[in-house]
Amino acid sequence: MIDIQNVNKWFDDFHVLKNISMSVAKGEVIVVCGPSGSGKSTLIKCVNGLEPFQKGTITVNDVSVGAKDTNLPELRSHIGMVFQNFELFPHMTAMQNICLSQLKVLGRSQSEAQDRTNTLLDRVGLEGLGFKYSSELSGGQQQRVAIARALAMDPFAMLFDEPTSALDPEMINEVLEVMQELARDDGMTMMVVTHEMGFARRVADRVIFMDEGEIVEDANTDDFFGTPRSDRAQLFLSKILQH
Amino acid sequence: MLAAFDFGVIGRNLPYLWEGMQLSLLLTGLSAFGSIVLGTILALMRLSGIKLFQWIGAVWVNFFRSLPLLLVIFWFYFLVPVVVQQQVDAFQSALIGFVLFEAAYYCEIMRSGILSISRGQAWAGYALGLRYSQTMRYIVLPQAFRNMLPILLTQTIILFQDTSLVFVVGLADFMTSAVNVAQRDSRLIELYVFAAFVYLVMCYFGSLYVKHLQQKMHR
Ligand SMILES: Nc1ncnc2c1ncn2[C@@H]1O[C@H](COP(=O)(O)OP(=O)(O)O)[C@@H](O)[C@H]1O
Ligand SMILES: [Mg+2]
Repeated sequence: MIDIQNVNKWFDDFHVLKNISMSVAKGEVIVVCGPSGSGKSTLIKCVNGLEPFQKGTITVNDVSVGAKDTNLPELRSHIGMVFQNFELFPHMTAMQNICLSQLKVLGRSQSEAQDRTNTLLDRVGLEGLGFKYSSELSGGQQQRVAIARALAMDPFAMLFDEPTSALDPEMINEVLEVMQELARDDGMTMMVVTHEMGFARRVADRVIFMDEGEIVEDANTDDFFGTPRSDRAQLFLSKILQH
Repeated sequence: MLAAFDFGVIGRNLPYLWEGMQLSLLLTGLSAFGSIVLGTILALMRLSGIKLFQWIGAVWVNFFRSLPLLLVIFWFYFLVPVVVQQQVDAFQSALIGFVLFEAAYYCEIMRSGILSISRGQAWAGYALGLRYSQTMRYIVLPQAFRNMLPILLTQTIILFQDTSLVFVVGLADFMTSAVNVAQRDSRLIELYVFAAFVYLVMCYFGSLYVKHLQQKMHR
């Protein structure tokens, strides 16, 4: 589904992604972790073409992201993305946030889009809150609206960039639960950047550890948390699990 | 001394002065609309990844910001008929001059407005499959416009004051109408005091409204 081969990216002189190769099969959930600044956000943005990269190839559903003739808006409309800071559109209600791309990209009618939105709001536990603006919602609620907004496009894969890092601790679980349901019930293909190791252990098929722009470890979840692994990953894990 | 003043002259000429005011308001409204649209396009050009567009935007802004408005109005009065090869009335040429000139100022306002919106907002739009134009139209520009509304209005108040310069091409805006009455009836002081009073009141209440908007937005 998502295939990344020998990707290199530079910000001017700074080599931010070094020869990254990994893949996510259909229905798989991959967790990507690693210290801040290791290039996780940059990598996940390369997957749907929000960041260009200079070398290597990325294909999603056999479409090459980096190719000149690729219709990026079309490709992106099939890949859901959830951001650390939610990025709800503050001048729109939750309903309008979720309807916008259904109307403008998929060409759904107003009533179709609203029906779908209401179904999705129920699903993420926000029944009847469609009329609220993001400033009137808690962080956890905002992130669930953002997930519903991505799901409204019926994506074949979902990308999550630290979806719970900006949340108060008591709101983390409500978001993780929605994500877990998505993986278990829908068999959604997911690439998740997160430091929630409990989530990784429960939901992920594989865990990838990145450091300084490199993939240091790419292992099955059980192996990652069980058998010996690289010192860098071990050190990182011990720091994270202490908290 | 005071007896020498005759403020009745204002009442007698009110319909004529009102016509001038209508012209001022119409010119302000149309110029503001046109130059906000053009200014926004210029701002998008300046912020685009395309060198040629950036250059056009930058040259436009720097060119018009280094000219006095009076000169631009004058110029277009003589230039436009030559370019389009037919008579153009003074109102149209003034309107064109104002739009092109003021666009340079509105461009810079809209540019900082667009820059005030985080990149994540545009990313979220693109990630949903929206194209550049849709992302700008539905996500970035509405927010930029809202954030900049007080400054856009302040610039429009300045524009309203500047419309008084159209007397150089013989248009009877409010100021010119006041001058005409003043000279015809030899009532300079009365009319100039009245004109100053009207501008002061309108612009003062305009600014008050802007302040009110700002406070409402910063709640
Ligand atoms: N637009 C950019 N220009 C220059 N450097 C950047 C840019 N975005 C990120 N970086 C740098 O690239 C590195 C990786 O960033 P990022 O992908 O956000 O890491 P992570 O998500 O793992 O914390 C960081 O050192 C960051 O400062
Ligand atoms: Mg990050």
